[in-house]
Amino acid sequence: MSAPASESAAPAPLGNGWVGVLPVVLAAALFAGFASMLPAVAAGSVLRWQADWVPSLGLSLAVLVDGLSLTFALLISGIGALVLLYSNTYLAGHPQYGRFALYLTAFMVSMLGLVLADDLILLFVFWELTTFTSYLLIGFSHEAETSRRNALQALFVTAAGGLAFLAGLILLGFAAGTTRISDILAQGDALKAHALYLPILVLLLAGAFTKSAQVPFHFWLPNAMAAPTPVSAFLHSATMVKAGIYLLARMHPALSGTGVWLWTLTILGAVTAVFASLLALRQTDLKQALAYTTLMALGTLTLFLGQESGYAMTAFATFLIVHSLYKAALFLVVGCIDKATGTREAELLGGLGRAMPITAIAAAVAAMSMAGFPPFLGFIGKELKYAGALAVASEPVLVAGAVLVSNALMLAVAGVVAFRPFWRPASGPLPRSPGEAPWAMLSGPVILAALGALFGLYPDVLQRALVAPTVVSLTGTPAEVKELKLWAGINMPLVLSATTFVLGLAFYAWHRPLRSALEAAFSRLPSLDAGWDRFLDGLKALAAWQTRVIQTGRLTDYLFATFATILLGLAAGIMAGGLPPLAIDVSGATWVHVALAALLLAGAGLTVGSASRIAAIAALGVVGIGTALVFIVFGAPDVAITQLLVETLVVVLVAVALLRLPALARDRFRPAHAALATALGATVALVLLAVLSAPLDRRLTDYFEAASWPEAYGRNIVNVILVDFRALDTFGEIAVVVIAALSAYALLRTTKGDRT
Amino acid sequence: MNSVILRAGTRYLVGLLLVFSLYMLLRGHNEPGGGFIGGLTGATGFILYAIACGTRDARAALRVAPQAIAVAGLGLALIAGLASALFGDALFTGQWLFLGASETDKGLPLSTVLVFDIGVYLVVFGSVLTLVFAMEEEL
Amino acid sequence: METLLALTIGALTGAAIYLMLAGNLMRFIFGLVLISNAANLTIFAAGRLTEGAPPLIAEGADTLTGTAANALPQALVLTAIVIGFGLFAFAIVLVFRAWTTLGTLEPDEMRLAEPPEARP
Repeated sequence: MSAPASESAAPAPLGNGWVGVLPVVLAAALFAGFASMLPAVAAGSVLRWQADWVPSLGLSLAVLVDGLSLTFALLISGIGALVLLYSNTYLAGHPQYGRFALYLTAFMVSMLGLVLADDLILLFVFWELTTFTSYLLIGFSHEAETSRRNALQALFVTAAGGLAFLAGLILLGFAAGTTRISDILAQGDALKAHALYLPILVLLLAGAFTKSAQVPFHFWLPNAMAAPTPVSAFLHSATMVKAGIYLLARMHPALSGTGVWLWTLTILGAVTAVFASLLALRQTDLKQALAYTTLMALGTLTLFLGQESGYAMTAFATFLIVHSLYKAALFLVVGCIDKATGTREAELLGGLGRAMPITAIAAAVAAMSMAGFPPFLGFIGKELKYAGALAVASEPVLVAGAVLVSNALMLAVAGVVAFRPFWRPASGPLPRSPGEAPWAMLSGPVILAALGALFGLYPDVLQRALVAPTVVSLTGTPAEVKELKLWAGINMPLVLSATTFVLGLAFYAWHRPLRSALEAAFSRLPSLDAGWDRFLDGLKALAAWQTRVIQTGRLTDYLFATFATILLGLAAGIMAGGLPPLAIDVSGATWVHVALAALLLAGAGLTVGSASRIAAIAALGVVGIGTALVFIVFGAPDVAITQLLVETLVVVLVAVALLRLPALARDRFRPAHAALATALGATVALVLLAVLSAPLDRRLTDYFEAASWPEAYGRNIVNVILVDFRALDTFGEIAVVVIAALSAYALLRTTKGDRT
Repeated sequence: MNSVILRAGTRYLVGLLLVFSLYMLLRGHNEPGGGFIGGLTGATGFILYAIACGTRDARAALRVAPQAIAVAGLGLALIAGLASALFGDALFTGQWLFLGASETDKGLPLSTVLVFDIGVYLVVFGSVLTLVFAMEEEL
Repeated sequence: METLLALTIGALTGAAIYLMLAGNLMRFIFGLVLISNAANLTIFAAGRLTEGAPPLIAEGADTLTGTAANALPQALVLTAIVIGFGLFAFAIVLVFRAWTTLGTLEPDEMRLAEPPEARP
């Protein structure tokens, strides 16, 4: 997978005109707007705003700005502005840059809506919008098949999680009696005791874990790197994957503190963190390696959200910011490398430090933060992580161990991604001779890396502005906020930090043999990605199979199914309603009646049994005449005359058309069809007998009989009904006759004898 | 079919059947008959003519295209139905006019119901002939 | 007679369905004619059978005198017969067109839109 943009060489800064500049300005304005809220939020107030949306459904556009949502909003808009600026150069002259900028801006706005929403339904709407926009962004290079496939995979996994999420939100709203998030957060104890707590939790976690790519849903995130690098920097480091984390954090006050919450988040978070950092070391593609370290970070954040201690919460808030800063910077650096050299392969790259000094320094600073070296913010983050891990009451060793291993591996990966390409000698010729990127592309990594360094030196600024308000959002009290310091004295976290450095440097030194060992080990594991393909193939095969079974394309099968359904419906009706006692009475039958029945039966039998067209048509005529005789005998002269005339016309049409068709082949006996026909015929007879056993409602008939002459001046009641009482019905019926005639006429005229 | 006797006989038979069909139509309100039966009877007559002398002659004798007759009949029935609106009644309510009525005799009853029945007659007559002529010619 | 007619109608329906399932369009049309006859008889029988007394008001009388056949189902059946004829004529034209265009009366062989080899 290579970013398609790397094919176009020599990018010009700000190369897309106003389409490129406008989104940057928008994002920067949003960032400034959010920044202006900092003082109020830092002082402890919570900003709210709302407007009616669908009042009849109780939906409102409610916005909530507290420490947590403001931190996210600042990260989203700030990194968004830098990424948009970067993209404008990275994809300069791309024929579809307008589309790209639209998707990315739409994504950013959806993401902002997601973190600011104070209503569950609103939250879900934005949640789904981020899913769709990220699908469009991952599949931006839609000419490439892998790109389409990976976009679809991300969409399926996150949208499936989104469905579970929606169900969870509905249950939550039902349990809490409101969809207003700030109201829900206030009734945590009642929710935890609610009978629906477990279903709500499982469904919400399913949504959060798929979105944040936690094990076992992690497989889609590395594939999502098919997106252009700025997208990966934005969506897959700082924002979208953190939507799940945001949700967990948002719901933390209401839902945390139970055993299920603690163990699910702790175990899955720890497993994701360690597993992903091993996978990251295994990668030689720089972008893939970063993708897996993102998974590791998400796992760690999940792990901390499982806890309740102030240390864990402070660690969460700090690491959230640290990670967003260095990860976005490093993704952008990798984009610069890719653009400059035409490759992202770790084993090829080398000696870039001389050609790209600014990139190299930005990369080094970001990597130091990632590796957790003092005096960078990453060091503080790491110290807090250890403090938070040790504060885990139940299993401090396990959690701290997981954090230690993943931190050490992260250090090694930081070296591989951000140190080796620049400072080791090149191992061979590169696809392109490298040079420094334009300022628009450099500004992102430089600013983000510099912030990591600055906040490391002045942690109290960050503490006051963002970390403390976030922790207050999570715990509800400023008392739980732990202080961010570079030097906290010699304590357990410091010892663990030192161990991390030793272990991490060892991993880095031997990362190549380690990588081969991991390669060998993981190749034996079943791949979830391949499993996904098999799952989709199976789904398609299932669909094809059931289509083959149901949609056979054979008319006989369809008719069989139709008649069988009618039979089942009638039988079910009889079963459910029961039959009235049947008045079976053949005593009044005279020989005329018996002869009529015999005539009808003989005609029907001959039609079925005959192999000759003429005999069958004659037999049908017998049935028609028999029917007419029934009408005559039972006092329906009008009907009988009509029937006889129609029989005559049928004979004419048959003579014209049917006899020019090929002769019939002898029909073989079809047992299944015979059984169905017999059963349905018997059921019809049974239903008719039941109808005849019920009393007849003569009200309409009585009315017609009484009113026919006095009101409608007609002695033939049948005709009076047809042309007067029910004239509207008759009108509809003669319209059908006209339509049938004209359709047949059109059919005959338009396709005159053209045999293909 | 090429039979001199049939052709010669048919001319009279067609006339007879047409007259009979009109009789069936008009008496339909009080005796068995009516627009459906009349239309079918009349169509049978012309079909006989078409069988004996060919559809070209039958069409010529009919003068008007049968599909036009069918559609005209549908329009006539619709007008008969809508006419009641002029008298302030619900649609398709029969309106009657008794010409020369006296205490004991209703005289000549004229009604929108009769017009409607004539419309039915024309629809059935035209539709059946449309079908049969087209099939005779095209198949 | 009502019981007898009900059983006969059941037999006609069964025969019609067996014919319609035959997988041959000509037999399908036979089945169609048979089933419309059965349906008409069903409506007629459901209104009860009265022998030999058509629903005609005698000259001079204002309403029916004595029992007469139920007029309502007769009116329904009468139009049904004519519509059934229209349907039959249309079906016959369709089948004939199918034969002249596709050269077969077996719908299972009419695979112009869904050629069998194109299935996965």
